[in-house]
Amino acid sequence: AVERFHQVVESRHDYARDWKARTGGKVLGYFCTYVPEEILYAAGILPVRILGSHEPQDVSERHIYTMYCPFSRDCLAQGLKGRYDYLDGVVTAHSCIHIRQAFGSWLLHLPVSYSHYISMPAKPRDPAAVPYLKAELALFRRSLEDWTGRAIPESDIDRAIEVYDDNRRLMRQIYELRRAESPPLSGAEAMEMVLSSMLSDKEEHNGWLAQALREFPRGEGGRSGIRLMLIGSEDDDTELIRLIESMGGLVVIDDHCTGSRYFWNRVLRGKDPLSSIADRYLHKPACPAKDYQERTRWPHIMGLVGEYGVQGVVFIQQKFCDPHEFDIPPLMDLLRRSGVPSLHLEVDVTVPAGQFKTRIEAFLEMLEPGLD
Amino acid sequence: MARADYETRPLDCWPKVKELRLNYYREIATARQEGKLVVTGGADAPTALLAGLGDYVHLSGEPYGATVGSDPQLSQQCLEETEARGFAMDMCSYMRNYWGSMYLNRYFFGGEFPRPDFCFQMHICDTHGKWWQVVSEHFGVPYFAVDFPVMARGEREDIRREYLVAQFHGAVEWLERVSGREYNDELLIEAVKNECWSSALWTEIMALNKAVPAPLDQKSIFSLFVPLVLFREKKESVDFHRVLLDEVKDRVAGGIAALATERCRLLDDVQPPWYFLKLYRYLEQYGAVVVASWYSVFLFGNPGEQPDGTWGRALHPEERGMPLRTRDDALRALAQWLLEMPVYDLHYLPQSKNEITLRLAREWHTDGAIMHLNRGCEIACMGTMETRLALLKEGIPVMTYESDMADKRQFDEAKVYDQLDSFMENLGMTKL
Ligand code: SF4
Ligand code: SF4
Repeated sequence: AVERFHQVVESRHDYARDWKARTGGKVLGYFCTYVPEEILYAAGILPVRILGSHEPQDVSERHIYTMYCPFSRDCLAQGLKGRYDYLDGVVTAHSCIHIRQAFGSWLLHLPVSYSHYISMPAKPRDPAAVPYLKAELALFRRSLEDWTGRAIPESDIDRAIEVYDDNRRLMRQIYELRRAESPPLSGAEAMEMVLSSMLSDKEEHNGWLAQALREFPRGEGGRSGIRLMLIGSEDDDTELIRLIESMGGLVVIDDHCTGSRYFWNRVLRGKDPLSSIADRYLHKPACPAKDYQERTRWPHIMGLVGEYGVQGVVFIQQKFCDPHEFDIPPLMDLLRRSGVPSLHLEVDVTVPAGQFKTRIEAFLEMLEPGLD
Repeated sequence: MARADYETRPLDCWPKVKELRLNYYREIATARQEGKLVVTGGADAPTALLAGLGDYVHLSGEPYGATVGSDPQLSQQCLEETEARGFAMDMCSYMRNYWGSMYLNRYFFGGEFPRPDFCFQMHICDTHGKWWQVVSEHFGVPYFAVDFPVMARGEREDIRREYLVAQFHGAVEWLERVSGREYNDELLIEAVKNECWSSALWTEIMALNKAVPAPLDQKSIFSLFVPLVLFREKKESVDFHRVLLDEVKDRVAGGIAALATERCRLLDDVQPPWYFLKLYRYLEQYGAVVVASWYSVFLFGNPGEQPDGTWGRALHPEERGMPLRTRDDALRALAQWLLEMPVYDLHYLPQSKNEITLRLAREWHTDGAIMHLNRGCEIACMGTMETRLALLKEGIPVMTYESDMADKRQFDEAKVYDQLDSFMENLGMTKL
């Protein structure tokens, strides 16, 4: 199953095209994990996250100012290069300005038959946020109904919630295995598991997850290495993680939107489905852009550090990513005061990860003196 | 000596605006001794809501950061102080100047940095909410931010209004609680009226700059802008705008120009490099005057559609007959006003920025546009590159230059002069 995750990530466009051919359904690209995919799924649509390709590109510069994060520019570049020509539409939810401009430029230059902007509250814990987001989700649902020409009954939303929550529960179960002394999967494999979930039909993905759970070795025979946590901006750079893991590190947990933040919490039922979905997205482990006045990230992250036996933290920050630039210095400080060293890497998606080798080596050496 | 085509003279209200600005900053320094509440937050904070608490001052972060940034020596110390704490150089430079001044405990206008009783803010760009999180932690004081739902004017207005009004009510309750003061709705209502009048009158003044010759130039506009940005909810601001409006109307009627040799009219876009305002004087050598920018016209402006299809000013809530008797009335009127302001469209998608900029270029009769790729403010540059393409497509020549509005350290002055020269040459202009 782990191999399957890898394949889907590698051939994401083929997967989506094939899905379309198989099902005759529509495929929609989304730019941010605050998009409530359940509603799309309930409409019979396959949501796939738009990601970059990590290749140097020169097509987005005319459209997005170069001080915008390389990830947002890389996403647009994929569209401009025609890699996403199978998409029937695009959707985003308010998260940061960088990705919003990528969405806007996409609409200007890549005509799609459907697009939608969800005004996701930036202060999720305000009491006004729940009714507002619920109203936004109702509009989103109606716009999809208008576009597809078919109603989305509540029972379909309920069923989508079930499928999505199964996916979250299974991924969380697999993440829990990484608390063990020798976890059955590497950090790169775990990231591919999450990425593949963003790129494939959840029902199918659930089958692979269940299979993976059966296949993983228990107890001895797993991975070993210096236990690391990854924290930071959008990061789907499995090459960088492989590099870290090839040098003696082992990523056991993360706080990334391409990792745990994507699936950590489930939909708590008890309200009508749209309110329950709104609650879920407002209470998911926060992106720093949405973590003010109070800080909810600190206790969450420190909890993970303890539970997963983290020895050191690697911050992976997209260059120019303002939201993370706010949180990294005080968080590094908090970790230091708690006796957890950290390393800060500023990445440009299109720059090869090899440049960080020396710094990673020095960091790992510091965590375990005498490491070869 | 170049031939003057128009009559020109300095503005009569110039000394008044200077005085108002200085008083504002001095009042902040002495506010605590005088028993006033000291509040800090962004220029966008809904300060009208503070009015219900009685005497207060609000140190507005962005103008303060710009003020520090205009003094390269102090600015450098402030920026370095912020960077020493690990914060990145590409973050908002107003904020980095403000933080540095706070960390150094040095107030630009003398004495210690004013210690706030609490922070009060509105979140629009990715920076707003986080800026005062750090400030409130530094001083150990409470903090409230209203989340503004950015979108295009008119879009989903009902639900966005309800969202804002609900948050405003929450804010008022919070303000009462943290200040321990009783809330006076009458004062709130007055402040909302003042805020809308300041904004309406300002937009009307800016629309007068469509006249040829332009009665105002961009550099002066930045100074005249101060009451609107700093204390638009106060009566002094409305009074000032009424006087300024009369004066600018007189200038238009009398053909009094900002630049006697106006031959070329330009549009620019965002905050300027505050340490390099001589850019505008340099353009004057070519007979070029910057007559508008979305930043100066619309940062706090609200245009109304005129019968002839052009932009003027929006009608004040009182002129629309909106009820303004209760707290809820006032909060609704304010929310509605804010939702009508194009500044949030400009922050939304490049599509909206294109539409607004093209309209400004046409209605203000401009011959070209200068766009500032301002590294210091990410939202200001949202869509700039797309808008450049849109202007070019309409046959409007565009020049872009890079700098940072309040961090001079990497500024290449010679390069910008070169760019200005070749742009003016392309426009067929020569130095007078
Ligand atoms: S990496 Fe940061 S700046 Fe880029 S899209 Fe994500 S949150 Fe926004
Ligand atoms: S980044 Fe720009 S919009 Fe945001 S606080 Fe700074 S100056 Fe204001």
